[in-house]
Parts: sequence; C-alpha cells; structure tokens
Amino acid sequence: MSIKTLRRTCLTVSIVIAGIASLVLQRAALAQAQAQTILRAVMHSDLKIVDPVWTTAYISRNHGYMIYDTLFATDALGAVQPQMIDTYQLSEDKTVYTMTLRDGLLWHDGKPVTSEDCIASIKRWAARDVVGQAMMAHVKDFVAVDQKTFKINLKEPTAAVMLGLSRASGTAFMMPKRVADTSPQEQISDYIGSGPFVFKTNEWKPGSKVVYEKFAQYKPRAEPPSAMAGGKDVKVDRVEWLAIADQQTAVSALLAGEIDIIEQPSHDLLPMLKKNANIQFSDWSSLGNQYVFRFNSLNKPFDNARARQAIWYAFNQEDFLKAVIGDPDYYKVCKSMFFCGTPLGTTKGMENLLESNFKKARELVKESGYDGTPIVLLHSTDRHVYANLAPVAKSLLEKAGFKVDMQSMDWQSVVVRRAKKDPVAKGGWNLTITSTNNVLNPLESSYLNAACEKTTFGWPCDAQIEKLRDDFSRETDLTKQLALVEAVQLRAIEYPVYIPLGQWYQPMVARKNLSGLIKAPAPVFWNITKTGK
Amino acid sequence: MFRYISKRILATIPVMVMVVVLVFLMLRLSSADPAAIIAGDNAATEQIQGIRVKLGLDQPVLAQFATWLAKVSTGDLGESFFFKKQVSELILDRLEPTLSLALCTIILSVLIAVPLGVLAAYYTGTWIDRVVMGLAVLGFSIPVFVVGYLLMYVFSIELSWLPVQGYQRLSDGFWGWLQKLLLPCFALSAVYCALIARITRTSVQEVLGEDYVRTAHAKGLTNRIVLMRHALRNAAVPIVTVIGIGIALLIGGVVVTESVFSIPGLGRLTVDAVLARDFPTVQALVLLFSLTSVMVNLFIDLSYTLFDPRIRY
Repeated sequence: MSIKTLRRTCLTVSIVIAGIASLVLQRAALAQAQAQTILRAVMHSDLKIVDPVWTTAYISRNHGYMIYDTLFATDALGAVQPQMIDTYQLSEDKTVYTMTLRDGLLWHDGKPVTSEDCIASIKRWAARDVVGQAMMAHVKDFVAVDQKTFKINLKEPTAAVMLGLSRASGTAFMMPKRVADTSPQEQISDYIGSGPFVFKTNEWKPGSKVVYEKFAQYKPRAEPPSAMAGGKDVKVDRVEWLAIADQQTAVSALLAGEIDIIEQPSHDLLPMLKKNANIQFSDWSSLGNQYVFRFNSLNKPFDNARARQAIWYAFNQEDFLKAVIGDPDYYKVCKSMFFCGTPLGTTKGMENLLESNFKKARELVKESGYDGTPIVLLHSTDRHVYANLAPVAKSLLEKAGFKVDMQSMDWQSVVVRRAKKDPVAKGGWNLTITSTNNVLNPLESSYLNAACEKTTFGWPCDAQIEKLRDDFSRETDLTKQLALVEAVQLRAIEYPVYIPLGQWYQPMVARKNLSGLIKAPAPVFWNITKTGK
Repeated sequence: MFRYISKRILATIPVMVMVVVLVFLMLRLSSADPAAIIAGDNAATEQIQGIRVKLGLDQPVLAQFATWLAKVSTGDLGESFFFKKQVSELILDRLEPTLSLALCTIILSVLIAVPLGVLAAYYTGTWIDRVVMGLAVLGFSIPVFVVGYLLMYVFSIELSWLPVQGYQRLSDGFWGWLQKLLLPCFALSAVYCALIARITRTSVQEVLGEDYVRTAHAKGLTNRIVLMRHALRNAAVPIVTVIGIGIALLIGGVVVTESVFSIPGLGRLTVDAVLARDFPTVQALVLLFSLTSVMVNLFIDLSYTLFDPRIRY
C-alpha cells in the first residue's frame, strides 16, 4: 500500500468514526431530552437582571416566583393566604405578629430556611419597595424567637405588613441571610432560593435562554393552587424561557410546536392563533392591567391642577382601548383608580368624568392660564400595547385646546426621558403613558404616591393624598379601608396625579397539550402538565 | 509585502481611535440613561440616581471616557450594565452562532452565485441569462426578513422539515447545528447571491471578449476549461472584491437575520445592547465590527496577488 493510499484510508476511516460518534452522541442527547418533560416559554422580555428585589422589572419578578418563595400570597379572590408560613397570630392590640414557618422548607443548597433568613429578606425588600417602606415606618423591630418562629413588633397597628408581605408585584421574596444581607443598593450574586424551581446559572445564556429545573426537595402546600397562593406542585422537569424578540417568529415557533407558551402575544396576531386547533388561550391575570396617563407636575402647564383636571373631562377610555386593543374581549372601560371588580374598585366621584366633554375641558384649560406653548407628549412606537395610545391622546388634547408636540421614540427612550426632571426646553416632558397592574389599593399604587421628589416620574406633591395613604396603611378593617380608598380617589380627581385610561387584558397562548395553567397576577409555571406534543 | 501589511495595520489605528471616540460620544450625547431602564418601570427617582452613581454615569463624560480607554488599552472591555458579565465573555459566547451563520452564508452564496453568474455570462441574452438576472433583481429587492418569514412558513410550518428558530452549538451535534442554520443562511444569502451573481456575470462577460480567450478556443480547449481556467480566474479580482464587501455588509445582515430566527449571536447582542443602552457592550461590539471590517478589507487586498500575479505590494 502506498503512503498516499494509506493517508486516504486513514482520512476516510477518521471521517466515518467521527460521523458515527456524532450520531451516537446526538441520539444519547435526544434520548435524555425525550426522557425529560421540558416546558418552553417565550416571555415578554429577556431576563437581564436576576435580583427581583433590586429592580421593579416584571421579568425579574417572574424569575423571582420561579426560584424564591414568599411568606404570604394572595389567592384568586384577593385574600391573603400563608405560603411559607404555617401559622401566624396577631396580638390583641394588633402590634405583634408572630409567624411560624412550615416544616421542611429548604434552600436549594439543602440548608433549612430559618427565621433569621426571613427577617434579613424582609429588611432588604422593605428598603427598596414602596409598600415595604410604608410598613417599616410602623415596625419597631424584628425578633427571631427560634429557628422557625419570628415576631414583627409594631409601633402601632398597620395593614401594611400583610399587604406588603403578600404583594404579587414588588414581592417580598425570601432569600438566605447571607444573600439578603447584600446592600439593597447592590445586586445579589448568589441565586439560591427555596422556591419550586432551581435557577441553572451555568445554562443561563442572556439574550437566548434561561433554564430552571424542578426543585425535587420542594414541599408544596396541601391546598390546591389559587392565583399566587396554594400548592406549588411542579409537574415538569424543566422550564426554559427562550428569548425570541420577534413576535411573528415566536408565533411560528408555537404553531410548529417548538415552544409551548407565549406569555404576551401581540393582540393583532391573536385572530391567526384563534384559528389553530392546537392552540389554547388563557389569561394569566384575571385582573388585567390599567393604562396610566401621567402628568409631569413639575412643568407648566400641568403644575396647575386646573390643567390636569381638564384632561379628566377631555378623555374617554373607549377611544384609547379601541385604538390599541381593539377586541372588546380584551378590554374593559373602568372609571376607577383601582381595578374594577376588586373589593376596593370604586367609581366614586367619576360620574361626569372621562366622557369627552370638550366644552368643560376647554373652560378648565382657560382657567388654568395655559399660554398655548406646545406640550410634549411622549409616544412609544415599538411596543404594540402602547403604540396607538399617544395619537389618540393628542387628538383629544387638541380638542380640549392644548397644542401638542407628540414626540415618537422607542419604549426605552420613553423610560429614560420620563425620568428627567428638566424643563421641557431642556429635554424634559409634559405627558406620558404607561401601564400598571399594581392598582389594588392606594398603598401599592406607585402612581398614586404623591410624595413629591421621592415618588416615581411625574413627581406629584400632595400632602392630603399622602395623609390618606398613610391612614390606609394603618387601617385593617375593609369597610373603613374602602372609605379611605374613596377619599383618595376623590382627592385624585381634585388634584389629578394620573388619569386611568381603562383596563386591558393580555391573553397568554399555549399549546393544547398543556393543562393546569393557573390564572394569577404574575405568570407561574407550577401545576402545569405537558403531555405529548 | 511585509512592509505593506505593517503599513496597513498601522493605518487601522487612527481609524479605530476615531471609531472609539465617535461611538463613545454618540452614546453619551444621546441622552440615553441606562439607569432608568435598569431600575424598572415603577422605580423612584432616588433609586435611578443610585444606580447612575453605581455605574459611574454621574461622572463627566471625559472622565468616563478616560476610565474606559484605560481599561480597553489593557484588553478589558468592561462589564455589561445589564448582564453583570464581562463584555468579552458575552462576545465570546455569541461568536460561534454569528461566525457559523456568516460562513455558511458566504459559502452558500459563492456556491450558488458564481456558477449562475458564469452561466449568465456565457449565455448572455438567452433565457438563462434573463432568468438569472431576474432572480438577482428579486434577491436585491426582497428584504431579508420577508425571505425569512416565507422560508419559515413553507419549510417549518407547512412542511415541518426544518426548525423555525434557535441555534444549536456545533459541539452538540453537526446535524442539529446544520438544521438550525439552513433557513437563516438561505434567507441571508439571497441578497449576496444577487450581488455576486451580477458582478460575476459582468466580469466574466468582459473577460470572454478578450483576445486570450479567443486564443484558448483556437487552441481547441473545451468550453469548460476556457471558462474555469482562463475566464473565471481572470475575472476573479472584482468577484473577490465584492465577496469582501459582502462580508462587511453581512454584519448588518446578521443583525436582522439573527433577530428573525432568534439566533443568539452578535447581531442579536447588538440589538439588545442598543435597546437597553448597555454602553460597554455597544462600544465593544462596534469596536469589534470595525476591526473585522478593516481586517477583511486587508485580506481581500492581499488575496488579489493570488489571482493576478501582476499585482505586487
């Protein structure tokens, strides 16, 4: 055999061996993948920040629900239910909460969850969260009684403890003490939780994939799941969040069976999905979301309450909802600062408002002394749930007598711009539109916060609203809470902090081979069963 | 040759410095504020300011530039604002999908377009020429994302032959890797096929009229040998040039293609970083793309010597 022939033979044999090895490895990988039940979901955004206490971004909160657990949670009726807590008592004078953890709670590293862990977690969360801060104003101290029991001693009775510790967003997630001791100003770097899933940091590819595995040692509560409360029984081995930025591609992947869930499909793609027999629709949240039309109270003309009141009269919700959502199945006119259909949802004081009464609106604009300077309205063009809102607002504002300079930009630019306190001439703004699902009560609604410089963008400043919110945080009786909510709403009509533009719903779509999807204010992946393809 | 290469490499330094300064200033002057995005939708002003301080964005622009430049000069591209990872780590992680997509596209484009271009040139004025040129016009005219969606609909949803989206690493299996790359490569190669086919046709057409081609025919050489050995080789310089330009243009193409097919490559990373105002990542990526572009042009210039012995540096 010549050297040339030998070389050729060796090369051929090498190629054949490499090919066989590749096939064998592929089959092994395939067999392993087939043995596992994997739930693949496309979420509304890619996960970038993995500290759900440090940021208020919803995707980070959703990540939080995967790997962390909470002391309390709200059920489908909005009632607060214990979650990691086994039993709790409130002293007769309502100033001492004694809470005992459930048996068998473990961190993902196998260590037991202790009172000290929970106290440190509450403190870190409370340093960042708006309700947490309100709660801490009433807290005297925390005492760890033993490994499983701790007390929260209050200076005075408050509803903020239960409201805060059961929040669906701005959630008080429990972390090991060594993690929770991280400064609230810093992001955590250790992702050990005690929730139903384990975060696979080694498989996390930012911009591509987030991987969670079932936490085999997690002990779900015995109660059936109900919204954020009840048993978190995981019925799949693994959940993968795939970052598919393009909605059309995500829908194609769903139709082809490559993914199982799209958390927030674009409303204009829903008719196409409805025609497909393999697709089911579900609402993550029966409460929905509320559109928020926000004023910048620092800049003229909306530093004047009269100019802001004019918008209560100029607007109507239907125009906005039709323009952006379209299908009445997915929106609801709701003349309330709080979710309609919830115990605190009230239409008190809204009788003649939001009916596009331009005559009254123009009168108020005149009374405000508006000088005709164009007002800057921020228009987000790249998010389908916002894109058509600003043009409707512009049209209605112009009918009320305002001159509007609608400035179009991508959503992230809106977020950046609205954080600026500068005057309009120096790159500031007057009006912007956003959406929230934190409007169950005045305490957690960040857009009702009127604490001047300390509040979020728009910076309304009203001592009366703040006093009413503070009163609400002290009140534990539902009837009295409702009276306070009505008072807050009446004051927010007189001193407008924002205009609610109606409620809207974001359906989730999934393959029909999934069952057990839970309706909850945040997307959750426990209780879901996947069969076949 | 060595002197030429050294001169060309040295000439890239001012280009890179200009790119660095421009990108840095454009990002800082765009009034973009990553802190507001990081803080989330319901963050209070104090929280945003805290993050701004933490990221060093409260410093004067010149101070920020000096800090960044000092780091880059030591090879440290900094840490991503969002991912809390070193930018170099992020880029390395995304390199394979983009290289795979780019290489596959270039190979596919050359394999399809050069023979078509030669055929069109050889059969100038016939139906073959018209069909090839018609396809080239289509390739130029239809945007990459439209081609992508069409391919996805036909081959993934209707025929279920190929996956809709995603990327599988080569180390996880060749067939899976190829399966996931085929559609994006075909989508992206449409425009390059059009470009290369047109240039090949024009170039070969010119050469076919030369005396030495006539002489080759007169010597009794077959059409295949005349085309491949005499015509195509002499027409290669403009073709190679356009392939080189294509590689530079590919950077723009992968951004769209990776978004449409959800491929976690450098294109997607660029889009994500720009939208999130992740300054360190955007700066590093622009630097990388600029460097790639300059280097590709250098290699193309050097490759001319292979096709035309008269060219000397």
